[in-house]
Amino acid sequence: MASDQVTLLDLWASPFGMRVRLALAEKGVKYEYSEQDLMNKGALLLQMNPVHKKIPVLVHNGKPVCESLIIVQYIDEVWKDKAPFLPSDPYQRAQSRFWADFVDKKIYDFGRKIWMEKGEDQEAAKKGFIDSLKLLEGELGDKPYFGGETIGYVDIALVPFYTWFYAYETIGNFSIEAECPKLIGYCKRCLKKETVSKSLEDPKKVYDFVVMLRKKYGIE
Amino acid sequence: MAADEQVTLLDTWASSIGMRVRIALAEKGVKYEFIEQDLWNKSGLLLQMNPVHKKIPVLVHNGKPVCESLVIAQYIDEVWKDKAPLLPSDPYQRAQSRFWADFVDKKIYEHVRTIMTTKVEDQEAAGKKDFIDTLKLMEGELGDKPYFGGETLGYVDVALLPYCCWFYTYENILNFSLEADCPKLNAYCKRCLQKESVSKSLEDPKKIYDFALKLRKKLGVE
Repeated sequence: MASDQVTLLDLWASPFGMRVRLALAEKGVKYEYSEQDLMNKGALLLQMNPVHKKIPVLVHNGKPVCESLIIVQYIDEVWKDKAPFLPSDPYQRAQSRFWADFVDKKIYDFGRKIWMEKGEDQEAAKKGFIDSLKLLEGELGDKPYFGGETIGYVDIALVPFYTWFYAYETIGNFSIEAECPKLIGYCKRCLKKETVSKSLEDPKKVYDFVVMLRKKYGIE
Repeated sequence: MAADEQVTLLDTWASSIGMRVRIALAEKGVKYEFIEQDLWNKSGLLLQMNPVHKKIPVLVHNGKPVCESLVIAQYIDEVWKDKAPLLPSDPYQRAQSRFWADFVDKKIYEHVRTIMTTKVEDQEAAGKKDFIDTLKLMEGELGDKPYFGGETLGYVDVALLPYCCWFYTYENILNFSLEADCPKLNAYCKRCLQKESVSKSLEDPKKIYDFALKLRKKLGVE
């Protein structure tokens, strides 16, 4: 294991990339971070992810793994002796996979529409986003993490999106904390963990990035 | 396991997504009760078992629901683990299998949704070529293997095979020939249909086509 070569092709502001950073941090895996320019994709990225041409890509001993949740499961299976992300019981594993998939289907899509759309479309996205967060609050219940006593697969899938909440709130003109205090409390609690705080980016920097994107796409 | 095992599948007969679960269960030799759902008038059972998405398929195992077809397929693989493994044991090969099953979901599923909700005359503009290119990419991944899973049927096959009974419908709507454009995929479908677990899990392509036409009329695109 000591001679493992681990590289992460990523973009600093990507919540999907942050998932992988968090997973690697939880397992204590040393890796080389390689920032990618998605406006001018490098040969390495195109070689390692020819199908989707997207980040994140984990390159382990020269072999690429693509799609953030697939990478997280791979990390869990390779570095299996520390900090398991998925429970051992098949039914509980299915529940974890379901909720991580829910984050992918709902949080990302609605969030994107909040910063990309205007008017009625934006309002609909805000409502869908809040409704989805409330469902997640229900699933969290009184547990410290979705994974129970320790950070798990669903936490890794969700927590990086917290870095984009300030951007959603500012652009969408609403307060996520007012609607979903439990979830925000959960996110702040996660950030107290070093693996999380060092894997996630500053929400204000992310906001500046989103403002730049909006200008680029002519949304303003 | 056998005596008190209760396995129920909430599904609709024509669903290519539901068929994934039927294939997985058949591969594992699991007996189950199939309960046809009316998606225009959703049952109390469906709403209770899948309150979040209100969709099929839902696998109910000893009263506990599992939702999302690929989550269900992995669950089936883990519970009935002593027979016909769907995922390889090597983590890197598992990641590749998950990648391609996810590709089927992201690309093929989205393409067919577009095909089904688009008028015949608008299909070229809506991405007919992209759909065929996507199928060709799958052919490339299959290579010379009998199945995507290698020598035996695996996770990617489970994700993709249901489309074999829908290709007749897509050929008619898009006006293309799978045999002409994707001969390898066509041969793969024919070969897999010789397997009982596949043939008894898929529906008759002509019945699917009749169903598709009725659905397209309902959606106002036919």
